Amino acid sequence: MPRDEAVASGGIGKAVKRREDVRFLTGKGTYTDDMNRPDQTYCVFLRSNVAHGQITRVDTAAASAMPGVVRIFTGEDIAAAGLGGVPCGWEITSSNGEKMKEPAHPILAQGKVRHVGDPIAAVVAESREAAKDAAEAIGLEIEEMGAVVNMTTAIQGHGAPVHDEAEDNLCYDWDLGDKDATDAAFANATHVTTLEFVNNRMIPNAMEPRAAIGEYDAARDQHTLYTTSQNPHVIRLLMGAFVLNIPEHKLRVMAPDVGGGFGSKIFHYAEEAFVTWASKEIGRPIKWTAERSESFVTDAHGRDHVTKAELAMDSEGKFLALRADTLANMGAYLSTFAPCVPTWLHGTLLAGQYAHPAVHCRVRAVFTNTVPVDAYRGAGRPEATYLLERLINKAAQEIGLDQVEIRRRNFIRPDQFPYDTPVALQYDTGNYLATLARALEMADYAGFNARKAESAARGKLRGIGLSCYIEACGIAPSSLVGALGARAGLYEAASVRVNPTGSVSVFTGSHSHGQGHETTFAQVVADRLGIPYESIEIVHGDTDRVPFGMGTYGSRSLAVGGTAIVNAVDKVIAKGKKIAAHLMEASEADVVFEDGQYKVAGTDKAKAFGEVSLAAYVPHQYPIEDIEPGLEETAFYDPKNFTFPAGSYLCEVEVDPDTGKIEVLGFWAADDFGNVVNPMIVEGQVHGGLVQGLGQAFIENCVYDENGQLPSGSYMDYAMPRAGDFPSFEVDTCVTACTHNPLGVKGCGEAGAIGAPPALVNAVVDALSAYGVDHIDMPLSPQKVWATIQAAKPAMAAE
Amino acid sequence: MYNFDYVKPASVADAVAALQGEDAQAIAGGQTLIATMKQRLAQPRTLVDLTGITEMQGISVDGGVVSVGAGARHAEVAGSAEVRGAIPALADLAGKIGDPQVRNRGTIGGSIANNDPSACYPAAVLGLGATVVTNAREIAAADFFQGLYTTSLNEGEVVTAVKFPVAAAASWQKFEQPASRFSLVGVFVAKVEGEVRVAVTGASEEGVFRAAALEQALASDFSAAAVEGASVSSAGMIADLHGTPDYRANLVKVMTKRAVEAMS
Amino acid sequence: MPTVSMTVNGKAVASDVEGRTLLVDFLRENLRLTGTHVGCDTLQCGACVVHVNGDSVKACSMLALSAEGAEITTIEGIANPDGSLSVLQRAFQDHHGLQCGFCTPGMVMSAADLLKRNANPSEREVREWLEGNLCRCTGYHNIVKAILAAAAEMRGEKIAAE
Ligand code: FES
Ligand code: FES
Repeated sequence: MPRDEAVASGGIGKAVKRREDVRFLTGKGTYTDDMNRPDQTYCVFLRSNVAHGQITRVDTAAASAMPGVVRIFTGEDIAAAGLGGVPCGWEITSSNGEKMKEPAHPILAQGKVRHVGDPIAAVVAESREAAKDAAEAIGLEIEEMGAVVNMTTAIQGHGAPVHDEAEDNLCYDWDLGDKDATDAAFANATHVTTLEFVNNRMIPNAMEPRAAIGEYDAARDQHTLYTTSQNPHVIRLLMGAFVLNIPEHKLRVMAPDVGGGFGSKIFHYAEEAFVTWASKEIGRPIKWTAERSESFVTDAHGRDHVTKAELAMDSEGKFLALRADTLANMGAYLSTFAPCVPTWLHGTLLAGQYAHPAVHCRVRAVFTNTVPVDAYRGAGRPEATYLLERLINKAAQEIGLDQVEIRRRNFIRPDQFPYDTPVALQYDTGNYLATLARALEMADYAGFNARKAESAARGKLRGIGLSCYIEACGIAPSSLVGALGARAGLYEAASVRVNPTGSVSVFTGSHSHGQGHETTFAQVVADRLGIPYESIEIVHGDTDRVPFGMGTYGSRSLAVGGTAIVNAVDKVIAKGKKIAAHLMEASEADVVFEDGQYKVAGTDKAKAFGEVSLAAYVPHQYPIEDIEPGLEETAFYDPKNFTFPAGSYLCEVEVDPDTGKIEVLGFWAADDFGNVVNPMIVEGQVHGGLVQGLGQAFIENCVYDENGQLPSGSYMDYAMPRAGDFPSFEVDTCVTACTHNPLGVKGCGEAGAIGAPPALVNAVVDALSAYGVDHIDMPLSPQKVWATIQAAKPAMAAE
Repeated sequence: MYNFDYVKPASVADAVAALQGEDAQAIAGGQTLIATMKQRLAQPRTLVDLTGITEMQGISVDGGVVSVGAGARHAEVAGSAEVRGAIPALADLAGKIGDPQVRNRGTIGGSIANNDPSACYPAAVLGLGATVVTNAREIAAADFFQGLYTTSLNEGEVVTAVKFPVAAAASWQKFEQPASRFSLVGVFVAKVEGEVRVAVTGASEEGVFRAAALEQALASDFSAAAVEGASVSSAGMIADLHGTPDYRANLVKVMTKRAVEAMS
Repeated sequence: MPTVSMTVNGKAVASDVEGRTLLVDFLRENLRLTGTHVGCDTLQCGACVVHVNGDSVKACSMLALSAEGAEITTIEGIANPDGSLSVLQRAFQDHHGLQCGFCTPGMVMSAADLLKRNANPSEREVREWLEGNLCRCTGYHNIVKAILAAAAEMRGEKIAAE
């Protein structure tokens, strides 16, 4: 097929329909809980219902004798087996040079429980219900200790600390940026705007609850784990090397169809280590599937910052410096990537889209008796964007500038790239004026006042809010992140296997759990090879089939995983050239690869891609002295820099002052993701991100009470955004191609969740500005908005 | 869930007999009870499924009374032309309970027998002054609801129907709790049998109640302004993640005002 | 153990179950029809929606024994008789109404019930109908678009998939 047709069927830039859809639409997907292994048992964890306490008794005798119970394991069994704890993958060094505190995180509690949901015992039985019956019959006594919940009081060190090794509950005290320059700029400022706020804790709520099946084949001494993971190789590495001491070649980890992740399925969790280990102990497969109420207290949560931010400006509204001081909740234990989220994924983004001369940021990470907190869609970058974009709107309000104008005055201009920020990043490219202009145009920003008047006539308060986000994606150059504390490299791997008749199997270390890689990666390969999209298969999610992988998070799959694929394809093409040159009796230097054909430049000699691959596998006439038969190449790609997607979002709301209810009337997103492989999928990623971001801003709220209980522990009290909560969105992209990867792509998966919250809050504050309101903490629940209006009314009347 | 024996009687008499058993519990649509049992908060020995009883089905309008079988599912009530013609607010209320799938299973009998403080139906039953019919007797709405999850039903007594007097005018206004989508506050206002009734659900720690101050104000002047002038005390109102007592008291007024406006 | 029998996707089935066996577990475990999912324990996510005697219900909140004699349709049973995707299923693909696919069977079954009752729903009506179906991936935008497009196609109109 000529290249044009190949591209028509599925090359780069086409809204190709997803090939994965057919199985999902017919109920033929294979999620972990859909699988049953022969002779399988079921596991239920007995979990702590107190936030902080000393376990004084775990009596399993009666429970063990119950019908259907195979075996009950407690912390003692784990200790006796010498298993390691759940490891942390990132080490932060405090400003004073000390390493962060890194307390043990046992698979099953060792003497103490530290959050509601902490696992104490595991019951393995013939059925889930039998396991539950037995779990209930375990004699359990816990001597309660005061729960550490509030970060501000936690660091003052009152009461029993979460971990003895951190008396003041402080994990680290880190800073970034030039403090002296920042302080000096503040001293010379005409105006300083201050904002104190909470970035609310989120529960990820991927619709598929986590699940794991451990299986051990004694005859082959081989472990297999099926698990709901965004990165099966990372789980194999962490669990094999640090917890169970199983070498890689004896451990296979498979993440089949996975029902959404949003960060929560990056991390290595105790349950998957347990089923893997215990399946060998009992000699039968063990399956665990979380119930939703269990997900609420075991999936790593997101966000949860308490911050004070200050912006120094001159008389023109030009930014002189930014200062931020954040308390970041780590929860009870350090989850896999937790320490890097509020630091390197947050502090480094505080320049935003703006030319700040100086920025300084301090972050203290705090242990509390709550579920561990880790990366959740956006991870650090939503917190940074919220900080900056709320602060800027407050500043604009204070000095009487329009929210658009204050940003225009401070944007990094297109001719300033590559741009070095004061917080350690180099933005390679961007055009912030372009995305802003597009968003203003889509939203008819100019017509807003007329719409506001129309709302006012109906007794409603209308507001419009802008947010201009930037994120760092495509994580990351390994040497850089290594210097920053990462205990792993962050490259990606891919193998491209050309089969004898020219079809192609691609093995990628990226993992798709909704992103559509089986489609988009095939588009990339079709485009590069000029062969039909249909003849390309994408394989992922199995450590035995894929050579290696760091997985999917941080919007890295196309920028890093896609580049690894491109590099492997290029190696294939290069080898093919040698073969083609031999077949056409030409010099390799004269062979070009175009439109799926090897051609001898300046002649009409050509060999199709398929002919060359066949020759590689049937090397009768072949340069066997120079190259091996076969056509299969592997590439590991380590990125040179982060990528920097950016965009402008506008949100328009109407507030009902009588009830405090917010209606989102419109949302407009103009993003720069670099080049776009599949616009349909990119738009879908934006839509999904937006609703997660909007959900955080106006409806989702994870609340712990002073005893460390979680009142918002089910969908009855944790509000999930639903279809009726929003209008349809308008989204568009503007392109500045990434300069350091061959596809020119930046990543699109997190943008919506990053940019949306401040846009919504800015819109609501705008709507309430007549009352003198200049901030409301998320989520903007009806009662909070109503109470804010009530509190502001007398103040207004007094004026 | 704990295990139980399951029976599905075909008549009210058989159901009543089955409910005499030790720890027997009736189940209708199960849209509340099954979730409770999953949490292991209920442990019936026998579950008596009422959905197979034909005499508890059916909706009819006759002589100014809308009679709804206890087994009528919310979707049936919402979609019933008779109900919509006689008491449109009742159809509205049924059409806003839960979600479409819950409405396809949940029944009026189950809802009122459970008397969840945030359930919708109790507001209509009390607001319209309906009569609850059981296998043994007829109970006036005012006597039926006895506070949180409590009714005047005796052990083993089964609701078989609810009889609603046709109102001159009525309106249902629901402000949803953002997570569960139950009523954070729901107000049912009716002009019925010569009086104005305002029944409120979701707000009080005692469950559904009639707002006397609002009823008085509206009796003499049926207008939004009258509601504005009345005072609703927040004493005894629910405080939870989603609303303080003050907020709920405010919503009672706002929702009542909206109902009055819709009826004017 | 009592026995329950019903018709699932046109096939008569019977099996021994416990009183407490939920319809969703009967479908997933006894019949191995794993397209019907479980996403919550409080009746709110809708991942488990199937049709019982033509009405969409949450299979996680119905006992298998309550479905005695019923006609059940699951996601596995709604493709065209030749196995090709139905108009509604295809609309989900054409309009990218699914990402991870976990909510999808419930969404499709719920939407099918809507379109049976209302051949020409407005966007608002679609959004409100989906009250009992949670999706964490799509932001609902394309699900709504897909359902509207399927409705139009079933009415004989055609909407471009862009
Ligand atoms: S599994 Fe969530 S509603 Fe049925
Ligand atoms: S597609 Fe993933 S939850 Fe809807």
